[in-house]
Amino acid sequence: MDDIQTRLQKSSRATRQDYFGKVICYSCIGLIILLVACILYFIASKGLATFTKNGVNFWNFLTQSDWKPGDVDKYGNPQVGALPMIVTSFSVTILAALLATPFAIGTAIFMTEIANKRGAKFLQPVIELLVGIPSVVYGFIGLSLIVPFIRGIFGGTGFGILSGTLVLFVMVLPTITSLSVDSLKSVPMHYRQASLALGATRWQTIYKVILKAAAPGLLTAVIFGMARAFGEALAVQMVIGNAILMPKNLISPASTLTSKLTTEIGNTVMGTLPNNALWSLALVLLFMSLLFNLIVRFIGRRGNIKNER
Amino acid sequence: MKTYDFNQQYISKIEQEVALSTENVQVHYGKSHAIFDASLDFPRFQITSLIGASGSGKSTYLRCLNRMNDRIAQVDGKILYRNTDINSKTINVYEVRRHIGMVFQRPNPFAKSIRENILFALKNNGINDKKELQERLETSLRDAALWDEVKDDLDKSALALSGGQQQRLCIARSIAMHPDILLLDEPASALDPISTSKIEETLKLLSKSYTIIIVTHNMQQASRISDYTAFFHMGHIIEYNQTKNIFTAPEIKATEDYISGDFG
Amino acid sequence: MNAKKSDKLATGMIYGLVGIVVSILVALLGYILYNGVPDINWHFLTSEAQSFSAGGGVRDQLFNSLYLLVLALIISFPIALGAGIYLSEYAKDNWVTDIIRTSIEVLSSLPSVVVGLFGYLLLVIQLNMGFSILAGAIALTFFNLPLLTRNIEESLRSVPDLQREAGTSLGLSGWKTITKIILPMALPGILTGLILCSGRIFGEAAALIYTAGQSAPSVDYGNWNLFTETSFLNPMRPAETLAVHIWKVNTESVTPDSSAISSASSAVLIIVILIFNLGARYLGNKLFKKMTASK
Repeated sequence: MDDIQTRLQKSSRATRQDYFGKVICYSCIGLIILLVACILYFIASKGLATFTKNGVNFWNFLTQSDWKPGDVDKYGNPQVGALPMIVTSFSVTILAALLATPFAIGTAIFMTEIANKRGAKFLQPVIELLVGIPSVVYGFIGLSLIVPFIRGIFGGTGFGILSGTLVLFVMVLPTITSLSVDSLKSVPMHYRQASLALGATRWQTIYKVILKAAAPGLLTAVIFGMARAFGEALAVQMVIGNAILMPKNLISPASTLTSKLTTEIGNTVMGTLPNNALWSLALVLLFMSLLFNLIVRFIGRRGNIKNER
Repeated sequence: MKTYDFNQQYISKIEQEVALSTENVQVHYGKSHAIFDASLDFPRFQITSLIGASGSGKSTYLRCLNRMNDRIAQVDGKILYRNTDINSKTINVYEVRRHIGMVFQRPNPFAKSIRENILFALKNNGINDKKELQERLETSLRDAALWDEVKDDLDKSALALSGGQQQRLCIARSIAMHPDILLLDEPASALDPISTSKIEETLKLLSKSYTIIIVTHNMQQASRISDYTAFFHMGHIIEYNQTKNIFTAPEIKATEDYISGDFG
Repeated sequence: MNAKKSDKLATGMIYGLVGIVVSILVALLGYILYNGVPDINWHFLTSEAQSFSAGGGVRDQLFNSLYLLVLALIISFPIALGAGIYLSEYAKDNWVTDIIRTSIEVLSSLPSVVVGLFGYLLLVIQLNMGFSILAGAIALTFFNLPLLTRNIEESLRSVPDLQREAGTSLGLSGWKTITKIILPMALPGILTGLILCSGRIFGEAAALIYTAGQSAPSVDYGNWNLFTETSFLNPMRPAETLAVHIWKVNTESVTPDSSAISSASSAVLIIVILIFNLGARYLGNKLFKKMTASK
């Protein structure tokens, strides 16, 4: 056997380098997977303790509206009804998304289909900057601008679902816009050319061709916006009023899942029912975030099938 | 499309020293079978062309020869180099590629200086002697007929070169490793005629000291530069012979049709 | 209504919508900067915060924000790099990769308050770190990892496969090809992403309230010994950041000039994030030019 033959069969520095690199990368990815598993496990086990250890009825948790985890009602059952928070969270999320979607998609259409290069070039970085503005800043502006404004028009305290909705509207607007821009941009150029060549007006092209082709992407953008709104904590907490009441109207103080969590978790003792009940709220948040994720995947899969050529 | 009988094969024996040979090589991409029973011997210090229509499997086959298909396809059969089956699982593939270099269809210099493009892999192989490095830099660039054009700009970015120069740099980069065999996958297909003829000249000169296997879809190119030619069709090797025989007196109908342009 | 008319009407409507959006954006940025910038001065940036009297600054909060950012990046970048390389170079197209990608997506879509609570549970309580910079930095890592990983993966993927083939065909190991050839080419993208992530970390508050804590004990900026209680570098001390500070002065409302402090702090936050954004753009472009230029 000559020298080259033996070298062909022996491991070399390159083999060891590859092994080394693989070990590093596999451990990094393993660490992330472990982290996700830990988060799911810890929050689930803590959140479920309310029902398993403290014997709270899960159905009551979802449908009752009295949140006094420290007290018991006349039958001796702890009062852990999360309905007000759940209703408020969903209200602000859905209202904000409804309000923001036309503006976001309108802006996205403007940026991709109508504006000249300079207009789009100006808007793009501004939108990106707005995505990056910290939520406390939004909360502070809500507190110092929107709350007094609502108070001035409708009376009351000014805190409530309406203020929360408006703050979230401004927050999710750039998120939905920038994702919508991406999805509109991914519509192939020849769709537009074909439609225009057939004599369609610009609006017909946009409405009948582009929006249709981009529909799954636009829907995904809105869902992402809703996920952000649902999980937003501090900005909402600063303007919602933080009263654990069933919201009667849009301008009465209320409380979302996240705002309840941020204000109360520090005031309860680990392991007690009031604390566990809060973890159950976190579990609801976690569950919703998984649900949003699932919806996005589902849309993505449907969209892929439709767009396949 | 005409159908041909794949059992009709003509593979001529190689009388001289063989540098590399394959025995019953099969390639599968997932469920699709891309190469069927490819057995060829490549003569030493000669240029062998692999020709055929696109999708005939010639590039796939070429990439098996230095294990570039490892991650994308399932390759079975034997590839013999120095009496060793280099397609075996236990083989050190890095060592294989060091002896069997490859140049690709599109020039792919690194985003580094011309000098670093040549020397980077050498340094990583533990060659640190300054004189030796300088020597290899110059000879490889000379062998690739690029030295005179770049000798004053060795520290310029390789990406600033023209397409043809980039491709010759890639050839230089490969031969700086002092391989035995050089595989080229349509090296001139992305280039203009002048650059193409320069590359062809370069290859002619290199065949004095390297065994060269080149995939090309350009039949004139194959007939101009190669000593042997293999014709691929739908994953089968139909005919393998000296180039002059293939182009003047093909044994198989399919080859004849392909060469005369009356194909498919 | 004919096609021409509806075309005009729709275009007009879109212009209207965009007009409203733009005026909201301008009003927003204008309000923050107009109200905040006049209150930013040397005194504000270099003096301690006051709880019950006016005239406090944000020196400690500003430093804490930066320190947390640096620590969080030091922890998260190597992990994200490894994970990004795995996803772009090693991951095969199978169910394992599917699970990995799903996990990362789940992590990235978790509300930051949930991440913060998990950090509180695991780091502050179980691992007994207490409210500390270290706990905060790790919580920020949780929050930052999925984004950074995806960014690194995408940057690596954008490097053409030809480069990988060039490396491997020369007998280089996959690892050398990745680290010495692919990674340098992906660097502009990675750096841009890193800076944008920094902006996100810098403004994050929800994940920090229950990990890094809400108090800023006075520290000695001359004490470089990491392990002493009063050192400004001590990673085990609680640390209120600028973003948390804005939240706290507004929700507790015991500080008389809370509004002025918040607007000035908000302006500082926005300006820093603006610098990050512009810096990312500038650096990305410059590096890209440098790499592809002739010299």
